[in-house]
Amino acid sequence: MHEFSLVMSMLDLAEKAARADGARRISAVHLEIGALAGVVPEALEFAFEGARVGTMAEHARLEVTYLPAIAYCATCQSEFELDNRFGIAVCPSCDTPSADLRQGRELQLAHLEVEE
Amino acid sequence: MSGPTETTAPVVGTSVTDTRGSASAEPPRVPAAGTAASTRDVKVSPHGTAANPGARVVQVQKSLMVHNDGVAAANRASFRGSLVLNVVSSPGSGKTALLERTVRDLNGDLSVAIVVGDLETDNDAERLHAAGAPSVQIVTGTVCHLEAEMVARAVDQLDLDGLDVLVIENVGNLVCPAAWDLGEDLRVTMLSVTEGEDKPLKYPRIFKDADAVVINKIDIAEVVGFDRGRALDAVRKVAPGAHVFELSARTGEGVGAWLDYLRERRRLKASAIAAAATDAS
Repeated sequence: MHEFSLVMSMLDLAEKAARADGARRISAVHLEIGALAGVVPEALEFAFEGARVGTMAEHARLEVTYLPAIAYCATCQSEFELDNRFGIAVCPSCDTPSADLRQGRELQLAHLEVEE
Repeated sequence: MSGPTETTAPVVGTSVTDTRGSASAEPPRVPAAGTAASTRDVKVSPHGTAANPGARVVQVQKSLMVHNDGVAAANRASFRGSLVLNVVSSPGSGKTALLERTVRDLNGDLSVAIVVGDLETDNDAERLHAAGAPSVQIVTGTVCHLEAEMVARAVDQLDLDGLDVLVIENVGNLVCPAAWDLGEDLRVTMLSVTEGEDKPLKYPRIFKDADAVVINKIDIAEVVGFDRGRALDAVRKVAPGAHVFELSARTGEGVGAWLDYLRERRRLKASAIAAAATDAS
């Protein structure tokens, strides 16, 4: 249930950004989460429901974009998307395993919607 | 998997304002149908819409880990020449047993100190202390992983001066610790032969980030029907760059290669620090 720690960190960043912008209320929070970030969507939503109470984001929507995992094949010098959920990064062109993950670990607060 | 895989551009710097015109028709950066990420669908909605005309968009583009990563960087600087390991595994894989063995076998060769995280009790620190290493227990209570700040507080109780190896034994958990950088040089992910050969596939993130993968309890591999080939294949697919050590912390079989790896990495770090100091002066 590390999602609770993530949500606390997210709310802290969101409130700072909203205040810096002169806003008084956060109406939406938009996250980008990589496919290999180890986040369980239901756990994230559950943590958000609890943690937002009493914050500027108390009535905010949580919007999440899940990003696919992308690895780089040094042999083919090209990126490819992992077609499985098991972290297996084997180049579909040359069958070489890749350790070079270019996308998929993201835990990013992308943007907010705020109101006066 | 069917259908073409859409090549997804790196997302860095993409601005949401670009999506306004097209959001209702086809939001960008939605993973292609049939991809890993699309099983849980994306909830992208138009921004600053008619439903909420008073709203405005504030770009943040910050990692949720930004605070932790800052503390981890400070930890890394404070560790100086010590080689620092972050050891992760399921509960019961034998992290503490391997560290007891490591401390005993390195005795007189390299100095080792240990920070160990558990939900409750200080039993592990007691065991490691008995093995001869200064040890600090972090009792996390309900927290399922260590964070850089907990480690920073714990190492305050240790004398890092001249220390060769600092081992951080994480909470037994193969999911939650993955995202938290503690300031380590090496991430060591362990599994034991009783856990199933496909563990790397079930917990890909924590294996993918491993510099070293330790397969423990090989002394009982045959009894439990462990398929070594399948396990190594799973590790290779998920973590092709990781060093793999097959050993038994109990009998000592295979531990020599693990200790040699630690000595070598410690030597490399010490030379790198020395070279940096020479460059700076």
